[in-house]
Amino acid sequence: MKFSENWLRELVNPPVDSEKLMHQLTMAGLEVDGNEPACAAFDGLVVAEVKSVEKHPDADKLHICQVDCGEKDLLTIVCGASNVREGLRTVLAKVGATLAGKPKLEAVALKGVTSYGMLCSVAEIGLGEANEGIIELSNTEITGKPLNEIINTDDNVIDVSLTPNRGDCLSLLGVAREVAVFNNIEFTEPKIEPVKVSSKAERKIKLTAKAECPHYVGRVIENIDANVNTPLWLSEKLRRSGIRSINVIVDITNFVMLELGQPMHAFDNDLLKGDIDVRFPGKNEQIKLLDESEHQLKSNTLLISDESGPLAMAGVMGGFESAVTTESKNIFLESAFFAPEAIIGQSRQYGLHTESSHRFERGVDSQLQQKAIERASELIFQLCGGQAGPVVEMTSQEGIPENPQVILRKNQINRVLGVELEEQFVTETFSKLEMQCKFKDNQWFIVAPSHRFDINIEVDLIEELARIYSYDAIQVASPANHLKMKSPNSAHLAVKQIREILINRDYQEVITYSFVEPEFNKLLNSNNNALVLANPIAPELSEMRSSLIVGLLNSLQYNIKRQQERIRLFETGLVFKGNEDLKQDYHVAAVMYGNIYEKQWDMANVSSGFYDLKKDVEVILFSLIDKASIEFKQSDSEILHPGQAVDVIIDGNEIGCFGQLHPKIAAKLDLKNDVYLFDLEVKYLSKKDVIKFKPISRFPSVKRDIAVVLDENIPLADVLSCVRNDATEALSNLELFDVYQGEGIEKEKKSLALGLTFQVTSSTLTDEEVETIMGNVLDGLHNKFGATLR
Amino acid sequence: MNEIEKLQAQALAEVESSPDLNQLDQIRINYLGKKGLLTQQLKQLGKLSAEERPKAGQVINLAKVAVQEAIELRKNALEEERLNEQINQGRLDITLPGRGGKRAGLHPITLTLQRIESLFQQIGFEVVEGPEVEDDYHNFEALNIPDHHPARAMHDTFYFPDGRLLRTHTSSVQIRIMQNDKPPFRFIAPGRVYRCDSDMTHTPMFHQVEGLIIDENVTFAELKGLLIEFLEIFFEKELEVRFRPSYFPFTEPSAEVDIMGERGWLEILGCGMVHPNVLNNVGIDPDKYTGLAFGIGVERMAMLYYGVDDLRSFFDNDLRFLKQFH
Repeated sequence: MKFSENWLRELVNPPVDSEKLMHQLTMAGLEVDGNEPACAAFDGLVVAEVKSVEKHPDADKLHICQVDCGEKDLLTIVCGASNVREGLRTVLAKVGATLAGKPKLEAVALKGVTSYGMLCSVAEIGLGEANEGIIELSNTEITGKPLNEIINTDDNVIDVSLTPNRGDCLSLLGVAREVAVFNNIEFTEPKIEPVKVSSKAERKIKLTAKAECPHYVGRVIENIDANVNTPLWLSEKLRRSGIRSINVIVDITNFVMLELGQPMHAFDNDLLKGDIDVRFPGKNEQIKLLDESEHQLKSNTLLISDESGPLAMAGVMGGFESAVTTESKNIFLESAFFAPEAIIGQSRQYGLHTESSHRFERGVDSQLQQKAIERASELIFQLCGGQAGPVVEMTSQEGIPENPQVILRKNQINRVLGVELEEQFVTETFSKLEMQCKFKDNQWFIVAPSHRFDINIEVDLIEELARIYSYDAIQVASPANHLKMKSPNSAHLAVKQIREILINRDYQEVITYSFVEPEFNKLLNSNNNALVLANPIAPELSEMRSSLIVGLLNSLQYNIKRQQERIRLFETGLVFKGNEDLKQDYHVAAVMYGNIYEKQWDMANVSSGFYDLKKDVEVILFSLIDKASIEFKQSDSEILHPGQAVDVIIDGNEIGCFGQLHPKIAAKLDLKNDVYLFDLEVKYLSKKDVIKFKPISRFPSVKRDIAVVLDENIPLADVLSCVRNDATEALSNLELFDVYQGEGIEKEKKSLALGLTFQVTSSTLTDEEVETIMGNVLDGLHNKFGATLR
Repeated sequence: MNEIEKLQAQALAEVESSPDLNQLDQIRINYLGKKGLLTQQLKQLGKLSAEERPKAGQVINLAKVAVQEAIELRKNALEEERLNEQINQGRLDITLPGRGGKRAGLHPITLTLQRIESLFQQIGFEVVEGPEVEDDYHNFEALNIPDHHPARAMHDTFYFPDGRLLRTHTSSVQIRIMQNDKPPFRFIAPGRVYRCDSDMTHTPMFHQVEGLIIDENVTFAELKGLLIEFLEIFFEKELEVRFRPSYFPFTEPSAEVDIMGERGWLEILGCGMVHPNVLNNVGIDPDKYTGLAFGIGVERMAMLYYGVDDLRSFFDNDLRFLKQFH
């Protein structure tokens, strides 16, 4: 909420400067978001009346005016504004005047006629943007009165951002109350006296929706002159609060709303028919609102109506048809209390956020309606004349919120805040906050005033005490606690370990959005029933990712476009699979693109490939889980190259895959080099058994190397398991140290070089024993694969 | 000059000029070996008289010692020469870069998260996690934000057609944890959160660390102490910190915490004492237990810590940006 500091100080004027005042507001929980000077300084401006207007003989658009500025003689002023006319009261900048930082005004000759000053527009004075013609003042302004006696230029516009619980501060009065408490001074409530009732005109009120509108106050005022300009003191207060001047009646209702916090509405009484009713709409009721938008009313929308139909969306906006204009003669003023629950959601439902709905949503003082209508009547009387009819009031007592009695136990203050507050401070604070307060048996019995609808339970009172005592004044303490040791979170640890492994293997971590482009999501998972956002921020961020690979490939493309040639990225996070039966699982995935190493002076630049990726996957798996539980299987994943695709199986569960990105997808994404990737579900990667020590053999080992030639299509895994089978438990290590095809080897054959190490814990193996085993191994390979010794 | 002196002079000259250790060893064998020239002389002592023998023997022995010493000296010199040569041959341009793979780095948000986690873990906070696709109950209802509460408007929630939503804060995790266990609690819940908002200072996804202690006698004074300590240790300096009254439906009293930056106060986190309604919702007696809660905006912390000026750069994943955090 924006407001003028000077206006606030009319209600409460603490002996602190602006800076300190704003600090106080912020520390009271009314956060000051910003502040700015209300307007530029000016001098030498006075109220003036245009006495006569003649056309300039030598210039079509200029007028020669005789202007009364309260001095003995009239001044000759040349003016180009189209709205200059006889009898207009406006603002004159006299010779010598200063305007918004410009040099002093001098008398100038315009096409041969000397102008002794300038008639000003709002923009020229710095009071607004509108630049259409010169300013039109109310006829109540006194000719010759210096403008800076009417409006104070030395003012500050303060913008406070209010939390939803402090609807009571959406008015000058509300802010003044807070300032008074923090400075320990009194504030002056605007003096409001009922206006004289001089007409019998009234309009009956019916409250069909009693619960939603338990209090409605109305009054007819007849024979007003709505065609007067709003006086500057009033329109300036509105402007400084960020509200545009519309016409004098609307300006007055807005003024009352800002001053007291009661949103009001004025209808043209001549356009109303029969009784006013506050009710919910029937079928097919429509309304055209003040902003000329038309709406089909939903059944949950409270409305003000008369016999002819809807007049206003209650608490949100008035109707277009019954609106007050400068032509209106008789008006009907409304000041009502709507239950917040009835208004909340309406502004969003129709996309209409108004000053009024904002206040009703957050709560308006239920005891304010009478005061507000008298305040507005008084101002209308003052500015537009007229005769006021009696105030008609409809109340449904059970609907009027009543603040409960809240009990504060003395020991609770220290229990929650950790500070001992003196009894006297507590009692004084509550009475400063206008709360009814009784202290008995170490308990305070409190009833909050009607404007504080946020005080309902004990801790609400404790918060108030802390706020007034000041959060800053509460001494800090270290949390004392029952310490309890817990088993480490193994999944969390596994993620940490995987991240460490991956950065050590030169994969950069990225963090990408969890929502992705649907088309991309489909590309990687064609039968995916993805979770789609109802209100995405953009179409390309509308589907929840069903794989981390989407974001990774996105980042890969992004960096390739920025001239990166070697890219290795990984991400960890949740992926979202299924829809009604949604599974949110934690995954780790990576992509690999470009050479094995960054360009180096002493190493060949070799592209990374499947086996580089495989090692990275193996390092992760072998560090986190038991080797024996892992199985690699040919994968039929649609995102992988069919010849380089592996499923990772752990204890029978498929937990992910790795391999080369399918060339079809790579081509679609316009990726020039091969991309390798893996994707693993983390849940399965944190179950390594406790390592059990095995004794080291004291006896020497025996090594034998063999090279066997066999068919090139026979997988190594089959060869190794055949060797292990025949080599008995004496085989302590088996390694492949060369794969050879080419000269000396028949076509479609390959030579595998295997290193076998034999060792047992009980004795030294003899040559004969080893030779026997080796013979069995070779026989086995020959029988099974037709392998021959090279 | 007798024969011995001649032999000695000849041997010393040869030792002096020997070019390498092999030849030197040959010289040793030639003169001092079993059949060496000087050793031979000793064998001829028998031809001398008993009186002459000791004296002549001494002369030969002296000569042998002299030659032996010369060989030792020469040997040391040659060995040193050989070592120097070996060293010289091994001289490299030590300014050439090292060989092999390098190490990449974590995302700065992860680094910041890990830093926050490790500080709270020091004083017994557990790290817990929860789902990102949430239901209304855990994200709002149980946190004392009923339907149509004005606070919902502050959240700009992403919804799914069936009413599920993307969590707007990690506070939803506290409900899940508290429902499934008994107090005391002391944990932090780090993770991704989502708000339907995107501009210079907002991204639709960001990270939060929610922290919670529920115990007997937890106070606002402790909340202040805990967070001031955390902020000063995190930023590695003394800070001007202020707690200012604010409003969150799930805490009361509530506060925003500001720190003094170069351009005035900066909002850094929100906190408060757990609202009794929240405790009641998860079956904890508010007359027995109190709680403190706080929510840290991770991106904000990372931006201040690393001096990053554009929030959006965290999610561009430009390697030129990310490599700066290696």
